[in-house]
Amino acid sequence: MTIKQLTIFLENRTGRINEVARILGANGINMKAFSMAETADFGLLRLIVPEVEKAVQVLRDASFAVMLTDVVCLNVPNVPGALSEILESLACNDIFIEYMYAFSEGDSANVVIRPNDIEKCLGVLKDCTCTLLQTV
Amino acid sequence: MIWNPNKECMSRKNMRELQGKRLQKLVQYVYHNVPFYRHKMQEMNISPEDIVTIDDIVKLPFTTKQDLRDNYPYGLQAAPASEIVRVHASSGTTGNPTIVGYTRKDLAVWSEVMTRCLTAFGVTRDDTFSVSYGYGLFTGGLGAHYGVENLGATVIPASTGNTEKHIRLIRDLNITGIACTPSYALYLAETLDKMGISKEQIGLRVGAFGAEPWTENMRKEIEERLGLKGYNIYGLSEIMGPGVSYECSEQNGSHINEDHFYPEIINPETLEQLPYGEQGELVFTTLTKEGMPLLRYRTKDLCTLMEGECPCGRTSVRMSRIVGRSDDMLIIRGINVFPSQVESVILEMPEFEPQYMLIVDRINNLDTLQVQVEVRKDYFSDDIGSMLAMKKRLSDKLKSVLSISADVRLMEPGSIERSQGKGKHVIDNRKMQ
Repeated sequence: MTIKQLTIFLENRTGRINEVARILGANGINMKAFSMAETADFGLLRLIVPEVEKAVQVLRDASFAVMLTDVVCLNVPNVPGALSEILESLACNDIFIEYMYAFSEGDSANVVIRPNDIEKCLGVLKDCTCTLLQTV
Repeated sequence: MIWNPNKECMSRKNMRELQGKRLQKLVQYVYHNVPFYRHKMQEMNISPEDIVTIDDIVKLPFTTKQDLRDNYPYGLQAAPASEIVRVHASSGTTGNPTIVGYTRKDLAVWSEVMTRCLTAFGVTRDDTFSVSYGYGLFTGGLGAHYGVENLGATVIPASTGNTEKHIRLIRDLNITGIACTPSYALYLAETLDKMGISKEQIGLRVGAFGAEPWTENMRKEIEERLGLKGYNIYGLSEIMGPGVSYECSEQNGSHINEDHFYPEIINPETLEQLPYGEQGELVFTTLTKEGMPLLRYRTKDLCTLMEGECPCGRTSVRMSRIVGRSDDMLIIRGINVFPSQVESVILEMPEFEPQYMLIVDRINNLDTLQVQVEVRKDYFSDDIGSMLAMKKRLSDKLKSVLSISADVRLMEPGSIERSQGKGKHVIDNRKMQ
């Protein structure tokens, strides 16, 4: 019940993110979600795409440093308090979130979570008001 | 003012005779006291008797930094240990440091040549003079210190660090002269601005700047911002320390104390001696040294030598500004840095590809060193914390090896330019010419 996220190491250089977007676009791969974590001189671009293997291949062919990371992806109702309930349950069960990002669309929102303990996280989420996504 | 007109204004003929006599004596001395030189001369089939005039110097073997390292620590020392009264060591070089022992007479010569420099800069016994080179194994601090004392001026051994306190001393003790690196002089000027003290509130009037290459523009800026006149002083620890050569009021090259340090310019490829006026590698022979005398030591500094009487009255040969190096050594904030030192650190760490680039720059008048390095594919991580820890591991190791801090930049694989043949590992953006 996890999803493979692409993590791409990027030097802080103008146009570098666009280069990733361009390559994916040229290969017909649509980005479903992404987030950028940055430091003073480099960044980690985290991406959710439908065609993971193809995306990894085309990016590695263009010499990007691409890593795959397991993340939990869930769909929650797009209403006030919905996310809070889920985070509350995770916290009560001592699950630490290393990072997360989210995007909403109409009646629902998708949330990507990287917990410290994936199995335990999935167990907790089963009892929450959300749908775990297997594909995006 | 001239401290020692007998030597500094000696006729060329007399100087060459004096140098010839001193060279004869030196060669006898090292031949009998330093096995390294005896073996070298025997291999080359020369005996001390072959050296009669100063022109015979071309028959003698060269000495390199590598020879000093290979003979670490005391292999090239000629005087017995009981005669050595002080030891200095060179800063931040690859492998073994260079150890230089001085006899009591060596220290007296050093004070004498330093005093000549200071006098040429217009320093007198009425001055209060701050020595702001580092004190310690580095020759800058103590070398300048004893020169100031020998001259009879008041020495303030400020060393480096605690710049605000130093500026208060400059103001409150009415310090009139300072010896430091040109970049420290600029840092002093910045700190002065920060403290809201104007150059009119301090009485600095003369600066002896050296230990790193600097430009005419830097001189103008230092002079303007500190309200003093800045002079170049040159030296290297292998030969003595500061005081090997110095500018006079004409500031057209630096006069070499050539009764003690005989200069030559050679072609670094063919090792042939070049005539005055041609650019090449500067070579020194220590004509009077007892502790660790050196024959034809290759400085790797590129410059030209100029002969002819100077309007200041001195007759000694002058050397131009250093225009570069015949090896890849960088001088960053006064510290010698070899790209190979960085390379050896990177090669020891499996996280990194053996690809790197050093970017040297001067930002706000301080030298900066950036080390770009490629992370190996298997070592990238989705966890920012572990990436930053990897970066810190490298910068900590570099700091301990280089003695200066470097700004480490983690790079994408393949992003550092690969070159055919000899890799290019340095981009120096400082404008030195």
